[in-house]
Amino acid sequence: MLRFMARRLVLLIPVAIGILLVTFLIVRLIPGDPCIAMLGERATEAKCDAFKERYGLNDNVFVQFVRYIGNMAQGDFGNSIRFSRPVSDIVAERLPMTIELTLFAMLFSTTVGIFLGIISALKPNSLTDTLTMILANIGVSMPVFWLGLMLAYFFALVMKDTPLFIPPSGRLGASVTLINLAKHWGLENLTGVPKFVVYFMSNSAILNSIITGNWSTLKDALWHLILPSVAVGTIPLAIIARMTRSTLVEVMQQDYVRTARAKGVKERNVVSSHAMRNVMIPVITIIGIETGSLLSGAVLTETVFALPGVGTMLVQSILSRDYPVVQGFTLIIAIIFVLINLFVDVSYAYLDPRVRLE
Amino acid sequence: MSSNVAILDASKIKYSSPGREAVRRLFHHRSAIIGMIILGFLLTLAIFAEQIAPYNPIQLLRDVDRRAAPCIHLLGCPADQPEHLFGIDGNSRDLLSRVIFGSRLSLQVGVSTVSFAILIGGIIGAIAGFIGGWVDDVLMRVMDVLMAFPSLLLAIAIVSVLGTGLINALLAIGIVSIPRFARLVRSTVISVKELEYVVAARSIGATQGRLLFGHIIPNSLTPLIVQATLGIATAILDAAALSFLGLGAEPPRPEWGLMLGEERNSIFNAPHLVFFPGVAIMLTVLGFNLLGDGLRDALDPRLRGTGAG
Repeated sequence: MLRFMARRLVLLIPVAIGILLVTFLIVRLIPGDPCIAMLGERATEAKCDAFKERYGLNDNVFVQFVRYIGNMAQGDFGNSIRFSRPVSDIVAERLPMTIELTLFAMLFSTTVGIFLGIISALKPNSLTDTLTMILANIGVSMPVFWLGLMLAYFFALVMKDTPLFIPPSGRLGASVTLINLAKHWGLENLTGVPKFVVYFMSNSAILNSIITGNWSTLKDALWHLILPSVAVGTIPLAIIARMTRSTLVEVMQQDYVRTARAKGVKERNVVSSHAMRNVMIPVITIIGIETGSLLSGAVLTETVFALPGVGTMLVQSILSRDYPVVQGFTLIIAIIFVLINLFVDVSYAYLDPRVRLE
Repeated sequence: MSSNVAILDASKIKYSSPGREAVRRLFHHRSAIIGMIILGFLLTLAIFAEQIAPYNPIQLLRDVDRRAAPCIHLLGCPADQPEHLFGIDGNSRDLLSRVIFGSRLSLQVGVSTVSFAILIGGIIGAIAGFIGGWVDDVLMRVMDVLMAFPSLLLAIAIVSVLGTGLINALLAIGIVSIPRFARLVRSTVISVKELEYVVAARSIGATQGRLLFGHIIPNSLTPLIVQATLGIATAILDAAALSFLGLGAEPPRPEWGLMLGEERNSIFNAPHLVFFPGVAIMLTVLGFNLLGDGLRDALDPRLRGTGAG
């Protein structure tokens, strides 16, 4: 197991260098003068020279790339042009929202998806099965932002005066605010990674309210997360349900399932301990693959629900040509994506000993 | 259903060629039929958009309220008012006409980006699989890196470099789809390369080019067709997403994603403006997904055995 993990980590090195190269190129490949592109058409020559000097644009590309890797390794993502503050601070502000949304969407899609897949597989071609599979086909085809808007319309307007009303936008209710943890703990002078961690926890509505024991805030934060999570989770849910169904149908015809039944094992236990263990392997692979669509979906859905996450920031930064922010966020998201896939691979090897030996 | 198909298979399989057999299976596949009906309908709309659409999609109408709800005579809208089946958009244009013309754009978007990705990805994959060695290693590591980004986010990053606009958005989506096709073509080329008829062709002195284009690529097409159909669905969704974010098509172009993006704040007072373009996207994507599933079942020789048994 350790050898497998070590080999998997070594394989990560070329990919990591590639990711750094791509994000590095984002800024270098902008057509025209990078100075004009970043500072705007009215940048004077003196300003441009200072800019190039400051960002080391006069050195050769290779030196620039090595320096870029060095900076990134130290968590220095440069400064935002629009906000004149470190990109890492903006990441610490925006990332918690997107991670919360992605995790909740993942929780929703896996639990509901696996459940629907199991009940369809146990009674193939029943009404439940047919309905689930039709819904799965439609679910895969929906644009996530459209589903978000439709959910907002239904639960915020149609259900307005019923207990089913769910808020359609924002991270927290109007009167709810988060406590600044750095201030709370008297840690305002931190720098580097500890600062990032405190900032991150402070800006994550869920972590923050749990740490400070603010249960009404926690409830409000979770309440606001329902519709976005359902919207983001629906496409992966559909795919997971289809995958679970087809694998379980296949597994239920295997000899070991028949043996278990012949031994007199209860049907419930046949499914849960004999069949599902084997079903989980392909399903976990699918969950890993779908992480990408969860992250992209989170980025798209934030716009719909006015959530202060990575997506809204990324789009604003592209439209206002704030390239350091675009670069930083792209890098962070790619790293998260790669790490989740690593985690999936490792859990895959844990579940299926054959993978370790390959 | 499945036993029915099995009986037909058994009685006809002796007389039909594999190609004809695949087509016949396709026309007996329930989801493939639904997919083809949906796509046929959309194709008709796209081709005859000028004749079908009641108004010009970018023409501003007079004497109508902006964001007016649909007016359908059958459903009790007064007969003296002009009929607008999908209502009026925020710039007082007829939404139905815009949605109809949008089908043209969406189909073009899907087909053009996927063709681009197949062309480039196919060449990369064929070279990597055919030549092997360090060429294969280098090309595939590059593809790994591209796959290390969530595809839509990489497309967003590429658009940030190229600048916003429909063409750049399409280019971005095309580039992000390359690795998937490259990998697919590479793996099929590698498996086909060792088959007897290719070895036989090589032994009678066929050139490398002839081997690749005359024998290997034609026999690698099946999975590519399936993946292309499913790829069109993804490309349409991604293009709509970029336009929705304001990074793709620009007004007044009747693009479904853009129509959604422009009117997303009207969701509570004019939901029809969000509803119809979204349904159009969903239907198109559903059509390609269903057809792709059907093609996979009809063309994949491995499934052919299991379906009958």
